[in-house]
Amino acid sequence: MQISITINGSEVAADVEARTLLVQYIRDVAGLKGTNIGCDTTSCGACTVLLDGQSVKSCTVLAAQVAGRQVTTIEGLAEADGTMHPVQRAFHENHGLQCGFCTPGMVMAITSLLAERPPDAAPITAEEVRLGLEGNLCRCTGYHNIVVAALAASRVPELQS
Amino acid sequence: MSILGNRVLRREDPKFLTSGGTYVGDLDLPGAVHLTFVRSTVAHARLASLDVEKARAAAGVRGVYLNADLGVAPLPPGMPMLNQDMTRPVLAEGVVRFVGEPIVVIAADTLTDGADAAELVVIDYDPLPVVVDPEEALKDEALLYPEIGTNNCFALQFGHDETLFDGCDVVVRQKMINQRVAPCPLEGRSSAAEVAADGRLTFYASTQTAHGVRDSLAKALAVEPDRVHVISPDVGGGFGAKGSVYPEDVIVAWVAQHLGRPARWTETRSESMLGLGHGRAQVQEVEIGGTRDGQILAYRIDVLQDSGAYPDIGAVLPFMTRTMATGVYAIKRGECSSNSVVTNTVPTVAYRGAGRPEATAAIERAIDCFAAEVGVDAAEVRRRNLIGAGDFPYTTPTGTEYDSGDYLRAFDLALEMSGYDELRREQRRRRDAGDKRQLGIGISTYVEITNGIPEGEYGAVEVRPDGRAIVRTGSSAHGQGHHTAWSMLVSDQLGIPMEDIDVIHGDTDIVPRGVGTFGSRSLQSGGSAVHLAAIEVVDKAKALAADLFEAAPGDIVLDAHGGQFHVAGTPALAKGWAEVARAALDKDGEPLMAEVDIPSTGSTFPFGTHVSVVEVDTETGSVELKRHIAVDDAGRILNPLLAEGQVHGGIAQGVAQALLEEFRYDGEGNPLTSNFADYSIITAMELPHFERAFTETPTTKNPLGAKGIGESGTIGSAPAVHNAVVDALSVFGIRHVDMPLTPERVWGAIAAARLGD
Amino acid sequence: MIPAAFDYERASSIDEAVGLLTEHGDEAKLIAGGHSLLPLMKLRLATPSVLVDLGGIADLAYISDTGDQLAIGALSTHHQVATDPLVLRYLPLLAHVAAQVGDPQVRHRGTIGGSIAHGDPASDLPAVVLALGGTLVLSGAGGRSREVAAAEFHLGFLETAIGADEILTEIRVPKLTGAWGFEKLTKRAQDWAIVGAVVVSSNGASSSEGSDSSDGRSVGVALINMGSVPLRAAAVEAAIAAGESPAEAARHASDEADPAADINASVEFRRHLATVLVQRALETALT
Repeated sequence: MQISITINGSEVAADVEARTLLVQYIRDVAGLKGTNIGCDTTSCGACTVLLDGQSVKSCTVLAAQVAGRQVTTIEGLAEADGTMHPVQRAFHENHGLQCGFCTPGMVMAITSLLAERPPDAAPITAEEVRLGLEGNLCRCTGYHNIVVAALAASRVPELQS
Repeated sequence: MSILGNRVLRREDPKFLTSGGTYVGDLDLPGAVHLTFVRSTVAHARLASLDVEKARAAAGVRGVYLNADLGVAPLPPGMPMLNQDMTRPVLAEGVVRFVGEPIVVIAADTLTDGADAAELVVIDYDPLPVVVDPEEALKDEALLYPEIGTNNCFALQFGHDETLFDGCDVVVRQKMINQRVAPCPLEGRSSAAEVAADGRLTFYASTQTAHGVRDSLAKALAVEPDRVHVISPDVGGGFGAKGSVYPEDVIVAWVAQHLGRPARWTETRSESMLGLGHGRAQVQEVEIGGTRDGQILAYRIDVLQDSGAYPDIGAVLPFMTRTMATGVYAIKRGECSSNSVVTNTVPTVAYRGAGRPEATAAIERAIDCFAAEVGVDAAEVRRRNLIGAGDFPYTTPTGTEYDSGDYLRAFDLALEMSGYDELRREQRRRRDAGDKRQLGIGISTYVEITNGIPEGEYGAVEVRPDGRAIVRTGSSAHGQGHHTAWSMLVSDQLGIPMEDIDVIHGDTDIVPRGVGTFGSRSLQSGGSAVHLAAIEVVDKAKALAADLFEAAPGDIVLDAHGGQFHVAGTPALAKGWAEVARAALDKDGEPLMAEVDIPSTGSTFPFGTHVSVVEVDTETGSVELKRHIAVDDAGRILNPLLAEGQVHGGIAQGVAQALLEEFRYDGEGNPLTSNFADYSIITAMELPHFERAFTETPTTKNPLGAKGIGESGTIGSAPAVHNAVVDALSVFGIRHVDMPLTPERVWGAIAAARLGD
Repeated sequence: MIPAAFDYERASSIDEAVGLLTEHGDEAKLIAGGHSLLPLMKLRLATPSVLVDLGGIADLAYISDTGDQLAIGALSTHHQVATDPLVLRYLPLLAHVAAQVGDPQVRHRGTIGGSIAHGDPASDLPAVVLALGGTLVLSGAGGRSREVAAAEFHLGFLETAIGADEILTEIRVPKLTGAWGFEKLTKRAQDWAIVGAVVVSSNGASSSEGSDSSDGRSVGVALINMGSVPLRAAAVEAAIAAGESPAEAARHASDEADPAADINASVEFRRHLATVLVQRALETALT
């Protein structure tokens, strides 16, 4: 079937089987390899991308279900001039990644988590960050620095609009 | 001021954060066939019939192969001391020995074609008796290799001294199970191969040892190692399970050779749970004896190691358990013997800690059991028995020589950080109140062996005429940050800024030799090699600079801050690395480079103390880890940021084993936890913020004074959490519960204890 | 990892969706958020030949106030339910539980209708709707619709009252008039409940039969993962209505339950947990 999905601002059109998962569309049709597949039970979150700004697990979405919608992947998070998003920067400054395989999913999940917070809400706590990362598994970092990075990013003024 | 010892941010990060790493599954290999394996769904059976004709005829299928089609010799067991008759055919030959064993491989144009074709393969099994429990396997009734006549693939029998516990007022015996777990790197196994026109094989591996893969593949394919080029791109975690070649890797290479097209394979998580090597899986009989006032006199541990169906490095890990059996304690008499048996399960490998978490878990539980028996506080028993700081090098009863240590210092710091006395007071309050939520405090004092397998490492530093330095290392990072660490070492010596230093690993054509990254060895071996190569290249550069300045080499000074050479006394007249490197090429056409093959620097012994605080809901059995305090000592710390990250990740895996994870089989060898939904891999919600510190007790074993840190967190943490839970349950008279301390286990112990009242 | 092949139809109306179900019979399955169905299809445990996507039907995701009830469109996501001002105000229990389904990513896609229609007894939401005395609206061809009480909706394991030519389109839930309690035990925070207990206390209207004694209070109690369907713990409700204490009433927690054993719990452990969790939920709701 013929579908088109906007990925990182560009329309990506293709003729694919109905059973094509969004993560396969992103990796194999759009050629964006940053989004990873880490499991087959919707558990690990390595495939997390933004769908119209909200985090979703792209391994559990059919490409056909999101035809015509906007997807943002890790490759689309930084500015056009390469300036990193505050969450990306916070991961770097706080050693929030080791092997990197879970990282794109983590970054997208945290980006969505912080964006979703009502502007008048109290600052996000470590406990809330951990709860928000229930769907993202990491084997390298013990989550410690990922939580530190998320809290650091949450304090960046431009993320509190 | 040296950069060493500083929290330097990782140079690796920007790529991973903006476009993602490049893992084997991400590589662009036009025209590649995708491999799909059909795996056994039965634990032990003869293959009565295999019908692959429909699969062969399916859309997009380029080939379907059985073992007989491959003509590849069975792979030898993972280590030379194992029973060498227990070989492993790369695809099952006539019999399957564990659920997940590959039987058929399908090469297809797309992954989807392969997945669809796999459904068309029909296999008939003639069931054979299954043995899953290693204690049953030891009886040699159901045999995996009838022609061999035993399930025992490796035994370490060091004798059994009947007088070992003479003079002990108290001897405590406890059987313990250190359960099977799955390493679960987020990237599973993945490999790809392509064959050049001249027949030379390029193999892409997700591995901890590119050179190891090269040599093993060459042997398996019966070619010379120089006919194989291995490239390891980014690797999404290994944890000891990617330290060798798997049968699937050999098959990927074979298919590429056979079809004349690149071949690639990336396993699914469900495959990985049944194919990537498992960890731990020891049954332990532990005895500890001593005096009434808490002095430990003797210790014995007998180990039964579950090797899985095809013996691999996991089967020899009891040797490491024996090596570290008596831990941090000045115990004069100690024994450890073992048997390793095959069972109809996934083979076990050297998962993070590899035999040492098992040793520490056993003795730390034994210490607590002994302390309870003699009525002395568990912290106090430890304090009284620690090897003293002045007693190093120290040789243990099992013949291990520890290099350096100050166990009491780490111990005192950990207890102070935890607020130990206040914790005991809070525990007392809750006990007196009969609180449903009891507090448990657990301690683990550990020492472990890093760089335990005596091998050296390769390191080279080259400076180019553009002033950039190239580092080649035999280490094989998979998240550890070696590019940052090795650039720090080289920048420190050369004065070239880190951003002008490139580090290359994992390519056997560019890095001529190497051992790899496992056993927490890389900094002390690979880092030392790079460090020495840097020093050597500075000496060579000074000689060249001397020529340029027409001075004596002894008069040449390298200002390591600015990376400039000058003659002593005239710093204003300086020459940079670019000019000196150009001079090297001009002189004899050779680049300015130094290569070091550092011989084994010997094992080092990091140590520490962890304290865990848990809250147990005594009505539901639920355990919450409230706090975890870790003091670890790995000698001189090169980059605390990286070292902390290693400890964090290690702690998480230790806590996971203590509270959550277990790979389980039913009695018929059917796996019960074979995906991420059923296997309780630990998440951010089950872990607190870690409270930690380093002490630094250097070693003289290598030029960096460094010990390994990669496995310490795992080794130190699990016993602390375990002891904490049992401590909480001690109000019920419970003295031991095996890991994982799930609600069902904990509640079951409480219920049983209450029945016994 | 890769589902078996299927044909995909995107329905733009309920009528169209029902028509496709009728046309393809057993071979067709509905997909909304897909987070119950797609995981099964990826492991090839479910292999429908036709998927009918409801995602394109406008106006199936809404939450509105109908007076003494909230009407929730079946395609409302868990995230929408968890954060909606009406739900937060009138059904805080539902918001609380919806906020814990899976993880944030799952909550952005999974729908309350999908969860209820799937009817897994280990799932939280069906038990909550049951305890609240909710009603499910099933729509058929030609604008027909019927209502089924939650108590009559779950017929067997993963089997509901939804007919072959029907679609669950709305969940109606009476507004809470009293306090509530929700307790569940999981190994990890994101896991399915080993056992869970929902207690809804009402001031006034009773929510179960025979519980209008003037001595006691009126509660709706439902159990998660204590049998093949979400269960009302009627014996507990009757005990509370008869004036028994939470501890006494909770002893009846698993009277009508038939819990299964699995890798997380034995039957005995489940029965024990039901008692403990029902007591705790009762204490929260009744004090």
